[in-house]
Amino acid sequence: MGNETIKVLIAKAGLDGHDRGAKVIARTLMDAGMEVIYGGLRQSPEQIVETALQEDVDVIGISLLSGAHMKVFPRILELMKEKGIEDKILTGGGTILPEEIEELKQLGVDDLFGPDTSLDDITTKIQQLVYSNRKNVKA
Amino acid sequence: MDQSLLTRFQQKDPLVLGKLLREVENQTSLGYEFLKLCTTKTGNSHVIGITGPPGAGKSTLVGELCKKWSEMGYSIGVVLIDPTSPFSGGALLGDRIRMMELAKNSGVFIKSLATRGSLGGLAASTADIVQIYDAFGKDIIVIETVGVGQVEFDVMNISDTVVLINVPGLGDSIQTLKGGIMEIADLYVINQADRPGADESVRDLNMMIREKKQLTWKPPILKTVATNHEGIEELINEIENHKAYLKTSNLWNKKREERNLKRFNTQINQLFHQKINEFISTNNHIENSIVRVKEGKEDPFTAAHQIFEGFLTDHNIK
Repeated sequence: MGNETIKVLIAKAGLDGHDRGAKVIARTLMDAGMEVIYGGLRQSPEQIVETALQEDVDVIGISLLSGAHMKVFPRILELMKEKGIEDKILTGGGTILPEEIEELKQLGVDDLFGPDTSLDDITTKIQQLVYSNRKNVKA
Repeated sequence: MDQSLLTRFQQKDPLVLGKLLREVENQTSLGYEFLKLCTTKTGNSHVIGITGPPGAGKSTLVGELCKKWSEMGYSIGVVLIDPTSPFSGGALLGDRIRMMELAKNSGVFIKSLATRGSLGGLAASTADIVQIYDAFGKDIIVIETVGVGQVEFDVMNISDTVVLINVPGLGDSIQTLKGGIMEIADLYVINQADRPGADESVRDLNMMIREKKQLTWKPPILKTVATNHEGIEELINEIENHKAYLKTSNLWNKKREERNLKRFNTQINQLFHQKINEFISTNNHIENSIVRVKEGKEDPFTAAHQIFEGFLTDHNIK
């Protein structure tokens, strides 16, 4: 039994007031049948990780257009380990260079989406990540 | 069940609380197992239901209340409910955004729920979530309903204190006379009271309450401006007064008894519902009958009756 609805946290980290992208993503994931907790603007990595822990989401999605991604993602990863929720999927998107995406993935971010990624691709990728993660956790 | 899970729950590990709330929300067998274990350890939390129309300021007010309560040293569990999309089955849970600063406060734990088809203003798992918070040792549990209209009053069945948040300018005095949501509140709040019409709204509510002579608790009417932190302390005091009233009048215990009974009834109905659905989905000739109903070739009353009779026979029930 049990309902397997995917839960996602969408938030914006740091001093970045552009939330149109985050809202579009939140809406898109809702339309794909997911339950999206919208965390909104100017969140600290601490707030984001604490929220993910309380809500026990499957996915943390960070929207960043401020250029602070090389600071924010490593800090979130660090806090996730500290709080014992490193099994959750960490993803995000924004103005991130391809070589930075590679570097962050090496550090442990599951996937990142640059400009021009289609909404369908984001939805599909998130679903894939969650389903393969659930299999891993059960195994 | 994993024994360490129980131990960590008793040690108030927030990680385990989050995981168990999700299990209960998804109505998994682990969730039920846990609910069975902690039934007798509950009944101590003050459960406060916050309801009102969309945009009235429920979330902002909940955020303000929680901030004050946590300063006063209470530990708080919050349940925020938002609607599930009838089209995609997904949901956008956007209440938390009004209280993100509380995430830093370890005394406040927040859980967002989607209605998943429930129509009474709550999610089906709300009572179970409340029970887990209660067993965890939360002093205060706040339930924020979806934005409501006139009839979504399930919240009164699981709360000790119901606070109805309204805003100025939602109609004339006739609206306050109507049955339904206007009747269930223990406290009335006119939020956004800096807008025109606040005093008129208070006057209309006052008149409605004055006319109900037999009341032993006279619901107070308060004005707040949640975004400016105005009126919060008064609201907290009145909530405290209501709790004292419940205790002295023994309604505190009575409410808990009624709640237990209600959950038992819900569970019975749910089990029954499941069995009927199983019966329907495993009998091919019923499927055919349902198709005929769908196409308008068979009337739904006769078909339902026949299927029900078939179910009784199949289970040897006379």
